[in-house]
Parts: sequence; C-alpha cells; structure tokens
Amino acid sequence: MAEYKEILFHSDKIKTDDYLINMGPQHPSTHGALRVVAKLEGEIVEAVDPIVGYIHSGIEKMCESLGYHQVIHLTDRMDYLSAHINNEAVCLCVENALQIEVPERVKYIRTIFDELTRIASHQLWWCATGLDLGAMTTFFYGLRDREPILDIFEETCGARMTFNYNVPGGLMFDIHPNFQKRVKDFIKYFRKKLPEYDTLLTGNVIFTERTKGLGVLSKEDAIAWGVTGPSGRASGFECDVRKLHPYSAYPYVKFEEKLATEGDTFWRYKLRIEEMWESMNIIEQLIDNIPEGDHAVKMKGVIKLPEGEFYQRVETSKGDFGVFIVSDGKKNPYRLKFRSPGFSNLFALNQMVKGVKIADLVAIMATLDLVIPDIDR
Amino acid sequence: MKAFFNYISEIFRGFYSLLQGMGVTGKYLFTPWKYITQNYPENRDTLKMFDRFRGEVIMPHNENNEHKCTGCGICEINCPNGTIEVITKTIVTEDGKKKRVLDKHIYHLGMCTLCNLCVRACPSDAIVMGQKFEHAVFDRKNLTKVLNKPGSKLEANVKE
Amino acid sequence: MAFSIYDFTEFTKSIHEGLSSSLSPTMTTVVEWVIIGVLYILFVALFGLFLVYAERKVCAAIQQRVGPNRVGPWGFFQTIADFVKLLMKEIINPKGVDGFLYNVAPYIVIITVFIILSLIPFAPGLQAFDFDIGVFFVTAVSSIGVIGILLAGWSSNNKYSLIGGMRSGAQIISYELSIGLSIITMVIMSGTMQISGIINAQANGWFIFKGHIPAIIAFIVFIIASTAETNRGPFDLPEGESELTGGFHTEYSGIKFAFFFLAEYMNLFIVSAMATIIFLGGWMPLHFGEFNSFNAAMDVIPPIIWFFLKVCAIMLLIMWFKWTFPRLRVDQILTLEWKYLLPINLFNILLMTAVVLLGWHW
Repeated sequence: MAEYKEILFHSDKIKTDDYLINMGPQHPSTHGALRVVAKLEGEIVEAVDPIVGYIHSGIEKMCESLGYHQVIHLTDRMDYLSAHINNEAVCLCVENALQIEVPERVKYIRTIFDELTRIASHQLWWCATGLDLGAMTTFFYGLRDREPILDIFEETCGARMTFNYNVPGGLMFDIHPNFQKRVKDFIKYFRKKLPEYDTLLTGNVIFTERTKGLGVLSKEDAIAWGVTGPSGRASGFECDVRKLHPYSAYPYVKFEEKLATEGDTFWRYKLRIEEMWESMNIIEQLIDNIPEGDHAVKMKGVIKLPEGEFYQRVETSKGDFGVFIVSDGKKNPYRLKFRSPGFSNLFALNQMVKGVKIADLVAIMATLDLVIPDIDR
Repeated sequence: MKAFFNYISEIFRGFYSLLQGMGVTGKYLFTPWKYITQNYPENRDTLKMFDRFRGEVIMPHNENNEHKCTGCGICEINCPNGTIEVITKTIVTEDGKKKRVLDKHIYHLGMCTLCNLCVRACPSDAIVMGQKFEHAVFDRKNLTKVLNKPGSKLEANVKE
Repeated sequence: MAFSIYDFTEFTKSIHEGLSSSLSPTMTTVVEWVIIGVLYILFVALFGLFLVYAERKVCAAIQQRVGPNRVGPWGFFQTIADFVKLLMKEIINPKGVDGFLYNVAPYIVIITVFIILSLIPFAPGLQAFDFDIGVFFVTAVSSIGVIGILLAGWSSNNKYSLIGGMRSGAQIISYELSIGLSIITMVIMSGTMQISGIINAQANGWFIFKGHIPAIIAFIVFIIASTAETNRGPFDLPEGESELTGGFHTEYSGIKFAFFFLAEYMNLFIVSAMATIIFLGGWMPLHFGEFNSFNAAMDVIPPIIWFFLKVCAIMLLIMWFKWTFPRLRVDQILTLEWKYLLPINLFNILLMTAVVLLGWHW
C-alpha cells in the first residue's frame, strides 16, 4: 500500500481506511495495459488516478532517427484503429512543409479511407462498449460488420490494420479495381445492419438506465481538459477538425457536425452511432466522383524538410490528432511530437467519476474510447 | 394517479424494448446453420489471399534460377527496422572486368513490419511481397531467411 | 422386476424389496443411500458438463459462430476435456487467505445443489424425498448457497472478490423474496406444498393455463427472479468479468473452481426444474381438460422426456437472456426487485386469491 500513497491523490489526503482498488495494468475492461487506481467508498468511486506508461514504446524518439517516409509506418502502431488517419496526418504535414499540391484523386481516396477507418473504429468501439456493459453478443455483431471494411482495406492496401498506405506526396498504390463496388456493397449492407445496433443496445431499457445522466462532463471542463472527438462534442464543444480546418476532400462534401449538450455517457455513445451514419453519407458523396489522375506525385528518395516548425491537425475517430515536426533541414526530423486525443480524453476521467459506482467507471471509460498505445505512444 | 400510469407504462415500455432485443438475437439463435466464421485449417486449400496482401518479402526467380537483384542496397537503406542485409561479393567476369554482384540477400522476418517500403524503393523490382501468412516456426533462427537461392545469378537483361 | 419408462414407482419399489429381502433394514437404507448418492453425483457431473456444452453452442448460434467443434463429433467432448484439464490443475492457496473458510466455500455451494436435487421428481417415482413442505424446503435450502459465495468472496483476500461476494449477498437475499412470493401465488392455487401434490394437481392442465393472468405474471416474475438467483444473464454482477475480473471465484483454481462452475450450471437446471414443476406441470404430459384423444396421444411420450423437454426450453430462455442483455448495475438490481417485482408480486397474490376464491380458474 505504501507505494500507492506516494503516487496517489497527494498522499496527505489519504486516510488509513481508504479502500483502493487497482484496475489494471491487467484488467479486462481497461482495453490494454492501463492502470486506474480507484478510491472507493463501498461500491462508490470517490476519485480515480489513471497511471499510464505500461506499454510506452518510444515512438516519438524512434522517429528522430528515421526518414520522413519511414516515420509513417510507426504511426500505424499508435492508434491502430485509426491507422490510416494517423498516416495521413504525417503525410499532410510533410506535404505542407514542402508545399506540394497532391492530385485531386489522392484527396478523394484519402477521405474515403478516412471515413471507412472511422466506421471500422467506431464499430470496434461499439463491440467493446457492449462487452464492458455485459452484453457479450454485441462484440461479435460489431466484428462481423467490421470484416467487410477490413477486406476492402486488405484488397487495396495489402494489410488489415497497419496499412502504411500513405506516402508523402500521395498513395503507395492506386485503388484496386474492385474498390468502388466493394465500398458501395458495404454501405448498402451496413445501412441495414446499423439499426440492429440500435435495437440491441441503444433502445434497451437496461442500457439507457445505465448510461443516461452518468459521468457528465460540462462544456467548460471539456474545453479545459482538451477533450475532443465525439466525447468532446457530446458536451457541446465544437471541435471537429474536419469542419474547423478542412483538409483533403472535406471541403468538397456536405456533412453535419453532430453535437449534443448533455455530455453524459449515453450521448457520447449516441454521437458515435450517428457519426457512423454521417461517415456513410460522406463516402456516398465521394465514391462515384473519384477523379482520374495519378495516385502520387514524384518525390525524391530522400525527403528533406526545410528548416522550421510544422503542425498538422486531423480528426481521428478519437478526436483531434496533431503532428508537430521540428526540422533542422536534415533528412530526419529534429523532434517529432504527436498530440494524441486519447491522452487528453483519459485524464478528464477524474472530472466525471465522482460518486459513480465501479460498474459506471467501466462504462465511462468505455465511452471515452481509449486505445492504450495511442495514450502511451 | 398519473404517477401510477407512468409506472405501469414504464414497465411495459421497458419490457417491449427487452423483447425487441431478444428478437434480434433470436433471429440468429434459431438459424444456427448460418454462421459467418470460417473453419480455418480445413479451408486452407480454398483460402486465397488478396493479390496485394503483404505476407513476407520474397525474391522471385525465373526457370534458369536467375533473379533481378543487383545488390545495390537501396532496400537496406529504406528499411526502417534493419530487417534486410545485402551482402555483395566481387567477381571477375569472362571479359576480365571486376563486377560487384549479390552474394546473400538476408531477410529477418521476425523484425519485419511489412511496410512495403523496400519493395517500393527497389529500382529493378527484384523483391516483391508474397502472400504466405503462416509464419509460425519453432525456432527463431528459422525466421532469418536468405532470399536468393543458392547458385542463382543475375538476369541478363537487368540494367545496373 | 417390473420396469416401465412411464412409471418408475414399481421399479424402485421392487429394488427396495429385493434389497430388504437379503439385507437387514439398516443395511438396506445404507445401500440405498449409496446408490442414490452415486446416481446424483453422476447426474450432476454429466448433466452439468452437458449444460456447459449446450450454453457454448447456444451462445455460438446467437453470435453466428460454430462453437466448439474440435473434440469429438460437433465438439461434444469438449467440456469433458475441459473438466479433465481442471482436475489436473494445481490447487493454489493464495497468500493471506482464510484457509478454512476458503476451502469450505466451494463445498457449501455444491452441497446445496445436491440437497435441492434430491427433491426434484424427474418422472413418476423418480424422486429421492417427497416432503409435505417440499417447495418451502427448496426455497429455504437454496439460500444456503449464498453463504458459500459470501465466504468465498470474504476469505479470498482479494478486493474484487470481496465486492463480488457482497453484491451476491445483497442480490440473492432480495430475489429470494420474489421467488418465494411467486411460489406462494401458485401454492394458493394448488393448495399444497408437496411437490408430488403440485404435479398431480396439474393432471388436467398445467397451472400456467389453468391460472391464466396471475399465473403468467407469476411465471414471468419467477423467471426473472430465478435468473438473478443463479447469478446469470443480465444479473451476473457477482462475477461481472468486465468489472470484477471474475468476482468471488477470482482466486480459485482447479477442482474448486470447477465446483463453482458446476454449481452455477446445476443451479440453472434447478430453477428451470422448479419453474417446470410449479408452472408447467413437471413430468405431466400436456393435457387439456376433456380432450381425451389428444390427452391419450400426449401420454405416449414418456414423462421423463416431457420433464427434460420443458426444463431445456426454460434453460434455453434463460441462456437467451444472458447473451442478449447488458448487465444491470448493483443499485438497479435492488430497484428492480423492491420497486417493481415486489409490488407486482404482492398485487398478484391478491389477484390469485380472488381468482381462486371466486373459482375463475379452470
């Protein structure tokens, strides 16, 4: 016990009869090696302290010894559920630094892939949320519907999760001839299956009772803690990078930024379901209009960025993802910093958990959509 | 009185939502012959990966046991993980010139992240991605492979 | 020996007479005890394993999977292989456990199962005890099981186990009430607490048909409460693996874990059997009042098959719950019991009393 007291809750406040439980690093509902120390009063959580770093892999430091086209494959391994969007962030940053204009075709394909990635990520999140709340069947239904997306990725990129499909200046290959047909088939299929999610979980009286009004995060807190993505938008924080700083083909499409004011667990859940609908709309607007052209601009084998600092934001499925490159004109970045959404979202946890039960703590953590390598990097 | 009716309607609405959920799972429960999983080791013969699937790096050889690798080492430079080691040797050709050719193209599968950068960078398309995905072995040493076959030569028409 | 699949009374009686003709009365009793004990142990082991297999196949069907299919035809021997593995595992006593209580807890849980099993009639004549207060005895004994779970949670020296055990205590004690009250509703109808009496009263129609509205309400309440009582389905808070990593049996391994595991599935069988006995006529074939030809056709199917068909149908329903619904929270579980099920139950008893007094049942 002594070791907790030193790191936890400013040790002077701790009383001898505090009941501390240690969720993780090995615990089924922390989705990886995250440790959350919770102070309990019976079943009621008084405070939590997330402790990160158990699977820290030093990606930022590793990037300093790699070239710019080699950095990209490491970003696959951070937030592995939005791997393509992470790749794109680095590519956009490098392209902006070099002031390269990529072909329109690349922009369209990148955007379609972004949205497919977002759907796949939200599907897996839906699986895990159901599992955390005790509905085990949701896990298999979500994975079932994710499979067609992974097939699309595999056919075009050659990998199911760690794509490495973006390169500075464009894409690694052109899309597969079957791509458009498969995407259209998937959207037709998923439009039929998504209402099933609502019947099974969203409308279920047990689920609504468990999540409504739980873990409320106010708009002020969301802004103060930098909670972005669907979690922040559920509190009314307009933080969609796709709207604020449109990149790739987002300026060409019409879509709605889904917002809610409640900021509770149910709306964090609901917004993600609605984002899946919205992503399908975006894909439908783009899929038939992919312009002809090259899939990449010619780049040199070794990319050297001009001296200076470059920053690029994108919207991953978790929130606002940033890439900050400091270049000293050599072929490796001098410093490369990732602003990962999971990290900020996790540390707002303490604002939401006062007075909830242990089971609710699991539910709140589930709807924050935590991916641990994204937090630890 | 109104509170009482609310109480009753709450019960029925909750009950109805539960029945709807059971309807969704029941649809699958009573059709157990419709499953979506694959019987993996049994379907090994029919299982075909996509053409672009990245399973491992291979070096294709033609029927005369010739490959296209000139031993330039660009793949080695491009690899982020030090997966590839290109070892060259110098030989004397028939017309008396000294020439640098490939001796061993060593590939550490255990370190490879299958990022495709080596294949993309190769100037003579000597290495490609193979579709094999069953890489489990009992000894880690078996993951280190020599991609060029013993006694293989450079194809005649490859530009250096 | 007169053996008939339709009525075991003659058969058991002939065994008893055969034994007493050659042995002293004391020895006869001892031998009979041993035979019955061995039979029940075999039944628990084999049927428990079958239930684990059935559950895995049911959840596979719901989740569009195949389920176990490696060991034996359709994976039928998978659970036997699992059980052998559990038997061979090391039994670990973690540091700091309360040794005696920790070791005794699984036995309390499994013994409760055996006591209740002895009251369940599988077919006419296939029942170990037939008390005149049978139903009451079942409810009384089934609440002993919670002591085992509480002890397991308390003695494991694990915070998750303790929370799981406490949750289980609160939950099972509350839901005992609903089970008891819904049984009382049907006892009012049958006029007896003896299990054979209850079954015989349903010879001309099962209680769920004879008692119409109040019986159906009582049936629904009984099914919900018994799901909670067995720590299953949406009420599996004491285990709650996503919250408590296994709850009260986190620290158990090997055969002791297997006891908890078997007890959980045999409790599923027991509550389904009780629901069958009280609402669906036990081993009684489907009879409708005066339709004699229909009744005779139904009589062709042996009672033991009727019993297991009905029990399996109810077990399927309870498994269906488990694989569909999300888990309730601990305060919601108590709210459901005290604010919803209990008032409904009390009202239902009044309704049933009125129905019986006014003779509105069939």
